[in-house]
Amino acid sequence: MDRLDSAAPGNGDVAGTGGPLRWLESQKNRLIVLTFLAGLAMFLPLISNNYVLEVMTNVWFYVMLCLGLNIVVGYAGLLDLGYAAFFAVGAYTTGILTSHFGVNFWLTIPAAVLFSICAGVIIGGPTLRLRSDYLAIVTLGFGEIVRIIARNLEITGGASGLIGIEKPSLFGFEISQISHFYYVFLLLACLACFVSYRLQHSRLGRAWQYVREDEDAAEAMGIDRVAIKLYAYVIGAIFGGVAGCFFAAKMTAISPETFMFQQSVLILLGVVLGGMGKIPGVIIGAFALVLFPEVFRDLGSSRILVFAIVMLVIMLYRPEGIWPEKKT
Amino acid sequence: MALLEVKNLGLNFAGLQVIKELSFSVQPGSIASLIGPNGAGKTSVFNCLTGFYKPSSGQIVFDGKQITRKRPYKITRSGMARTFQNLRLFKKMTVLENVMSGMHCRTRTGAIGAILRTGSQKREEAEIKDFCEFCLDFVGILDEKDRTASNLSYGHQRRVEWARALATRPKLLLLDEPAAGLNFDEKQQLIELIKRIRDELSITILLIEHDMGLVMKISEMITVIDYGQKIAQGNAEEVQNDPRVIEAYLGREEDEVA
Amino acid sequence: MTLQDILLQQLANGLILGSFYALVALGYTMVYGIIKLLNFAHGDLYMIGAFLGFLVLSVLSPLIGDSWVGIMCSMVLSMIAVGLLGVLIQRIAYQPMLSAPRLSILITALAVSMILSNGVLAFTDGEYLAFSTDLGYEGLEFGNVFITYTQMVLVGAAALLMSALYLFVHRTMYGKAMRAIAIDKDACRLMGIHVNRIIALTFFIGTSLAASAGIMAGAYYGSIHFFMGFVIGLKAFTAAVIGGIGSIPGAMLGGLLLGLLESFGTQIPFIGTEWKDVFSFGILILLLVFKPTGILGRTEIERM
Repeated sequence: MDRLDSAAPGNGDVAGTGGPLRWLESQKNRLIVLTFLAGLAMFLPLISNNYVLEVMTNVWFYVMLCLGLNIVVGYAGLLDLGYAAFFAVGAYTTGILTSHFGVNFWLTIPAAVLFSICAGVIIGGPTLRLRSDYLAIVTLGFGEIVRIIARNLEITGGASGLIGIEKPSLFGFEISQISHFYYVFLLLACLACFVSYRLQHSRLGRAWQYVREDEDAAEAMGIDRVAIKLYAYVIGAIFGGVAGCFFAAKMTAISPETFMFQQSVLILLGVVLGGMGKIPGVIIGAFALVLFPEVFRDLGSSRILVFAIVMLVIMLYRPEGIWPEKKT
Repeated sequence: MALLEVKNLGLNFAGLQVIKELSFSVQPGSIASLIGPNGAGKTSVFNCLTGFYKPSSGQIVFDGKQITRKRPYKITRSGMARTFQNLRLFKKMTVLENVMSGMHCRTRTGAIGAILRTGSQKREEAEIKDFCEFCLDFVGILDEKDRTASNLSYGHQRRVEWARALATRPKLLLLDEPAAGLNFDEKQQLIELIKRIRDELSITILLIEHDMGLVMKISEMITVIDYGQKIAQGNAEEVQNDPRVIEAYLGREEDEVA
Repeated sequence: MTLQDILLQQLANGLILGSFYALVALGYTMVYGIIKLLNFAHGDLYMIGAFLGFLVLSVLSPLIGDSWVGIMCSMVLSMIAVGLLGVLIQRIAYQPMLSAPRLSILITALAVSMILSNGVLAFTDGEYLAFSTDLGYEGLEFGNVFITYTQMVLVGAAALLMSALYLFVHRTMYGKAMRAIAIDKDACRLMGIHVNRIIALTFFIGTSLAASAGIMAGAYYGSIHFFMGFVIGLKAFTAAVIGGIGSIPGAMLGGLLLGLLESFGTQIPFIGTEWKDVFSFGILILLLVFKPTGILGRTEIERM
């Protein structure tokens, strides 16, 4: 087992900043780096300004989304091109329930999980029986359907979306400052790492890998490939849905354009860039996704063009992503 | 009662009859073989039995239950395991992980158990590991358990397939050309192994094989098919003296040499 | 307008829409048939076709005008250019990935699609460009329904291209080779068929058909946009699945059927035009549940 991998659940947030440097090969040095980065992540709000916090909160948010999609793409080997739809399901569930029905924010999370599961089963159930290519295009269509529905219904606020979503509070403490949200999303990202790690190293995680490598052989070993893929798809959906709830709470306003096709592609890029199926790789991918446009602000709308070219080059020359493969 | 009962099995591919009215049975505790010249439809029969092809007609009764047209994973769960003619290992995974795939259908921990690492999950993982190591030990490659499957020699990769099939705890084991590509010594070991699987683990064996010597040496019941039809059935001696079998094989000698 | 007029009007609309879908679906289905790849970039090649046609037309129009002659010339030129682009994409991006896991080639196709659409976005700043033509608004009147000559010519041109393709695939050696490769690539290689050349030819034909649809759509609707290929790519895929993916007559049938379904479907109360896309994707999902092989597709037998 990869040693860094095993350190990920506790300090998952920082595992991704290492590189394939020789110095990092010793476990002691890795621990030093990890501890330093964990400390940095913990105390960042004390030493930086709001801009940095805003960007880093966004990073943790994308870490969660990318790890969720990684379960579908990286673990189960399925291409999901409508991942933003689940993120939309979560965000709109929170938005609608809090602003139209006055439901407490925390209670909207189980509702969002439930809706994400339903959406995942409705889309995944029929399509996962077929060749995996169909899933890609059906999820693409599903992403569009969700966006169009959000645009055209009254309850979702139409094209202008929902505004004035209440900020959540916990035991009387209102989560309102950016530094509060920083910690909330940091916690979510750590949780996502932990859950991903545990799932990967379990009976279920192995089953995903069997199905990914050889569906027929897996089926011959008594593995129900449709059920196993659906499992991955639904768990990915839950990650997206929960991330969506917190997104709505942080932004206090959501609109259908947040959940366009490009959003799904961006999340996918994060997964592909760092290395599909590898937790530290996916974390690096999410960092790159958020930090790159911040550093190169002049790019504007060409940013996705640059990302697409990077994605093509990676697929052609380094399909395993930035993070190095395990040595055997 | 027979462990496996095939009645009037038929399979059509785009108008072509690959299997016609095939009937045979396998008695519990026996070593049975299905033989026939190249292209006689042997692997197609296996694929029908294990659910990878949907037969056009006929019935397959396994262990007293109808399994005709069931999905492959259900058939494996009911106690029938198979190996593949061309190895189908999970190449990038370790040998142990490969074998663990067989235990999947005998265990049940889901996502919640995996995330929380509950007591029953840990017990189950330990149980999986123990039984898989037992299977690897049984086929004689426990030393290689942590190597990546694709790095093993061909003969050892075959053994990984057997261990993997054994890990599903089958009642009936289907071996698709187990001797293909093995040298003389390896074939002798194979014969031993097949007998040990039957005697020590009480698993019934049905195999498809080209190597006549091997088939005649270990099979208690042989079914010969040609053009998807049964042409003879019996023990080694009966089959060897059957004129239709001789014709089917001799008439096709050139193909065999090629 | 009477109910009959509405139906006739929608029939005309459906046929035009369906012709575009069919032309794009053909490329999808041909490429899928030959290398089992869902070419996500296909819809974007339709878009590139429209932009190149626009470019060529603006260069040529001082010489030959922007009426029928001008549009036809620019259509042919742009079809050739986009066809070559299709071959280039196949060579650079898809050829090396043919033996890689399916997921990798799908992601590659997605990347190509994003490069094409966002490349045009960068060039045009995301603006709609007016595709101005001089086609006039004359036409024939059928009762209360008015159908322009442009509409008739478009449907006629689409029919002509599709018939030509059908004859090519069924009456020439190249077509026969294409069908053979779809069945067994390795056997074809052993038989001395130049497999890579035929795959390139398939890409050329498929993408140039998409480009033809792009120019026609641009001329017909009067404006072009970098994102115009996205939805039509999805719709064309739906059309290809309706007809049975891999089947050429199926793609034509599926395209026309989807066009008609959409234009009649939006006339049903409560399904306004804003729900048009949801309606089509709904059809796609239902179809995949109940009849994934489509109307003319064959059931694939899994072989071990």
